[in-house]
Amino acid sequence: MGKRIGMEVSIAAAEAVKQANVDVISAYPITPQTHIVEHLSELVANGDLDADFFCVESEHSALSVCVGAAATGARTFTCTSSQGLALMSEITYITSGLRLPVVMIISNRTISAPLSIWNDHSDAMSIRDCGWIQFFVENGQEVYDHVFAAYRLAEDNKVLFPVIINMDGFILSHVIEPIELIEQGKIDQFLPPYQPVYQLHPDHPVTMGAFALPSIFAETKKAQEEALRSSMPKIIDTWKAFGDMTGRYYHPIETYQAEDADTLLVTMGSCGETASVAVEEMREEGRSVGLVKIRLWRPFPFEAFKKATLHAKQLVVIDRAISVGACGPVASEVKAALYGEAQRPSVYNFVAGISGRDVTPSDFVKMVDKAEIEIEEGNNEGFEIYGVRG
Amino acid sequence: MTENLNVFAVRTLTQKEYFSPGHRSCQGCAEALAVRLAAKALGRNVIIANATGCMEIVSSPLPYTAWRVPWIHVAFENTAAVASGIESALKVLMRKGRIPHKKIVTLAMAGDGGTADIGLQALSGALERGHNFVYICTDNEAYMNTGIQRSSATPFGASTTTSPVGRVQMGQITWKKNMPAIAAAHNIPYVATACPSYPIDLVQKVKKAADIEGPAYVHILSVCPTGWRSAPELSIKLGRLAVETGIFPLYEVERGQYRLNIDFPKLKPIKEYIKLQGRFRHLTDEMIGEIEKRVHREYEQLKEKAGKGV
Repeated sequence: MGKRIGMEVSIAAAEAVKQANVDVISAYPITPQTHIVEHLSELVANGDLDADFFCVESEHSALSVCVGAAATGARTFTCTSSQGLALMSEITYITSGLRLPVVMIISNRTISAPLSIWNDHSDAMSIRDCGWIQFFVENGQEVYDHVFAAYRLAEDNKVLFPVIINMDGFILSHVIEPIELIEQGKIDQFLPPYQPVYQLHPDHPVTMGAFALPSIFAETKKAQEEALRSSMPKIIDTWKAFGDMTGRYYHPIETYQAEDADTLLVTMGSCGETASVAVEEMREEGRSVGLVKIRLWRPFPFEAFKKATLHAKQLVVIDRAISVGACGPVASEVKAALYGEAQRPSVYNFVAGISGRDVTPSDFVKMVDKAEIEIEEGNNEGFEIYGVRG
Repeated sequence: MTENLNVFAVRTLTQKEYFSPGHRSCQGCAEALAVRLAAKALGRNVIIANATGCMEIVSSPLPYTAWRVPWIHVAFENTAAVASGIESALKVLMRKGRIPHKKIVTLAMAGDGGTADIGLQALSGALERGHNFVYICTDNEAYMNTGIQRSSATPFGASTTTSPVGRVQMGQITWKKNMPAIAAAHNIPYVATACPSYPIDLVQKVKKAADIEGPAYVHILSVCPTGWRSAPELSIKLGRLAVETGIFPLYEVERGQYRLNIDFPKLKPIKEYIKLQGRFRHLTDEMIGEIEKRVHREYEQLKEKAGKGV
């Protein structure tokens, strides 16, 4: 077993990037992502990490540098938050279309306006459809672990997609947690140097980023869509291999006391841990409540999600973002996943904890109470922003 | 007149085409000619990052390509950043022994819109960071690919689809942004202007840009018959006239030192250049006189910088 030490989660993330032996790092500072890039700069400045680090002039360029470097065959890393992600949004789509294995950590933060530096998932949702593999993690250990899984997966010749690791800004990024570090030898075995199938080099000229006329565009999109969908077994294999190495096994959908529950809370990201405390309390009171956590956001694990939830009477879906004029994006996805089933649970959607407002175990209990009453009264498609004054 | 007539240079130029025939540029496109010459100058050991624009669209309709060298297009405004990534990856991968050591030139290419407007920030960042790359701006003085809209590189008076001649406005009302000066202000080792009407000069400058360690910027005036409303067979002549009238002087800024490559004791009247282009046909003699005054003033300023006296 590796060493278990207390460290800030952003530092652990940077240490993982170091241990993954990245070649090129390019980033632009934005709260709450800054501690990651600061620590990476130190690692490079001290010669602990043999990589080129560029603090570029915008997030748009940060990802563009990674795209150029990844196309040339380098292992690349960037990280951002909020407005920064919105600015690089254009290039996120292109990175996936070019099938380049860039890995990015998003220290999730609210998108303006009003300006807010605090945590929610509105940034991640703004690029939901960009074609990256997208993880949401729950704690510092998972951030650290997923860096290695992300590179191994992204660079797999049968996958070749960029990967996003979403971690909640401040709630995870700025807290000190015990992290079990993996020995370098094990990581080097798990994650050998990147061997690109195609790379920009004069010895074998290739054209990347050609434009497509309507006569061929749909075929290229179909290829991309099918490839992302069919990366699912590889994602599961990668987590299995990682689990065999560390004893920590991850799954697209994870559950807590869910098997026999009538009511299931559905969460994504760090609030899963808080929700599990609430579930424990409610179980002690004899209530039939469980928890389903979505770890893999894209490709969406429809089958695993259905398997975990179809037996329940109702789902209480917690979103940390709003699709203004519709509902929470996780709730839409959940409803889409269940629609084809004759017997399906009701879905009640709360938007909670936006812009970093605390969501405590008692809030989860209140949300479950409210949803159960509303559904009992026949309002089985409810949507509300939780705990708002006025 | 001290035009560069080094005939030896022509013989050293490869007969190989790296930007191959069959691409879809318009008749008389001097930009395609500039790119062809630049590609010949750089040879096979190059990686090109190309911004969205005419040269990208004419050369890469999936599943075809006109490129016989490695080439990537990512987006419109970021080609300097993409090139930064390529250059950096080459350096790191060679350092770590993952690819063999050899000189590979990183070339970023964009039009005037992709350089002076939307790509200016990424370019400034890349120049400031000091990447070892060559940036070529092929300047046809408007957004030709999208249908001749004005850019900040469109010259004063030119009619475009977004700086039209109307009842109260006579074409472009602003003066052309001085991109080479902006590049030079970054204190990079090499800045040059070129034009495919002077092919030997162009090839030598691109070669020099590639040989110099650090960022190099080459600004190439590229006559566009479609957008300039000029006859395709006049593209070479128009390029020469742009230089001979002082509208587009050929010069270099090497480590801060200015040098005029072709010096004319007497500039040709700019009317000779203007009258061949439909985009200027509405200009009155008064407006032409105004343009000429400014062209002469700027030419004199450039000569002064080049230390040749007024």
